[in-house]
Amino acid sequence: MPVFAGSALTCLRGDRLVFTGLDFRIAPGEALFLLGPNGSGKSSLLRVMAGLLKPIRGRLSWDDVPVTDDPDAHRGRIHYVGHLDAVKPVLSAVENLSFWATLGGAADPRGNALKALDRLGVPHIANVPGRYLSAGQKRRLNLARIIAAPAALWLLDEPTVALDRAAIALFEEIIAEHRAGGGMVAVSTHVDIAMPGAGELHLDDFTPVPHGEDDEVLEEEDAA
Amino acid sequence: MTRFLRLIGRDLRLALRQGSDASIAVMFFVLCVVLFPFGVGPEPNILARIAAGVIWVAALLASLLSLERLFQNDYEDGSLELLSLSTLPMEAVVLAKTLAHWLVTGLPLIAAAPLLALLLNMDAEGFGILVLTLLVGTPILSLIGSIGAALTLGARRGGVLLSLLILPLYIPVLIFGAGAIDAALNGLTPRPHLLLLGGLLAGALPLAPWASAAALRQAVE
Repeated sequence: MPVFAGSALTCLRGDRLVFTGLDFRIAPGEALFLLGPNGSGKSSLLRVMAGLLKPIRGRLSWDDVPVTDDPDAHRGRIHYVGHLDAVKPVLSAVENLSFWATLGGAADPRGNALKALDRLGVPHIANVPGRYLSAGQKRRLNLARIIAAPAALWLLDEPTVALDRAAIALFEEIIAEHRAGGGMVAVSTHVDIAMPGAGELHLDDFTPVPHGEDDEVLEEEDAA
Repeated sequence: MTRFLRLIGRDLRLALRQGSDASIAVMFFVLCVVLFPFGVGPEPNILARIAAGVIWVAALLASLLSLERLFQNDYEDGSLELLSLSTLPMEAVVLAKTLAHWLVTGLPLIAAAPLLALLLNMDAEGFGILVLTLLVGTPILSLIGSIGAALTLGARRGGVLLSLLILPLYIPVLIFGAGAIDAALNGLTPRPHLLLLGGLLAGALPLAPWASAAALRQAVE
């Protein structure tokens, strides 16, 4: 079974070291909470996992094969949910969704899109243009995207923002189903999401010591 | 291939439903050309002499006007990030978006051009070659422009920066485009100019998406 892991990851944003020496490991069916205060690098780590951001050190591996060996294959097995919902105001919900389902390789994008909307509890918005959707509905639409096409690894950055309680409960079920099917999940969140047996990664454990010292460490390593 | 076509389809649908971007480019093109008779006077000979150059310069500016939005919306609403994470290569994303952009803004320009040529008293012999040069030339403008649009993504006053970056690169297209029409009108063969334009297109087709894709990867990081 494939395992998604990272070892000794170091991430630099601008000239700030966000985290360093970070290791993680997600096996099929497992979930990982990314925890930590604002600015501790939860979003950066998810972007690193997705391949949007290159770590300056360390490596990501899928089944012990470095992800950088075949970035295309990696993109094919992930779903990423960021802060933006990517909903086009002039396209209806189902048009928005079936476009992403097609890109994700779904065989029947429109059918999958309708099913996914139904699963997220919003079948009635299918023909509503994106500009009339509320923030919560847009978020549900964005989450419907990850079930409209299959992918093994879900990278979710604050997925429950703008969601009501009922939607969070639905979403917990969806995550549980995904994990039961051997899927993997990494979630950053400040809200309690129930994911039984999920691992926790505290990002502040990997934050370098502020005020100059970290810079010296980095320079020494560079020199070596 | 399905995904490539779906992306073109989505962009066309977005453009048609929003409408404004496409029609603004054509209206700008028409207005720009119509201004010239007011500026240089209604002397038919002078207008006929400058018609090819005027139409081509106006086409450059009109193409530039709409290019700023090429990746902007997708960048702002997070779609670009998701597109870069899809299994469709970034080069194909750029090519699809550029093609859709050209269909929406370039084709209407070409359709309007003979009418404007008539207005500027261009000899009717030049109409065919005018349309032909625009057909080969405007895709080059969209392709080169996509590099600028990708590079200026997220920059403040990106539109101005885009013009400064891209207009100098448009000069060869302008020279050969207008040159071909002048040659045809003066009884010479436009063939060398057209061949050079075709060469530019053949060069831009693989190189521009490659460069734009690199810039876009930087932008979504």
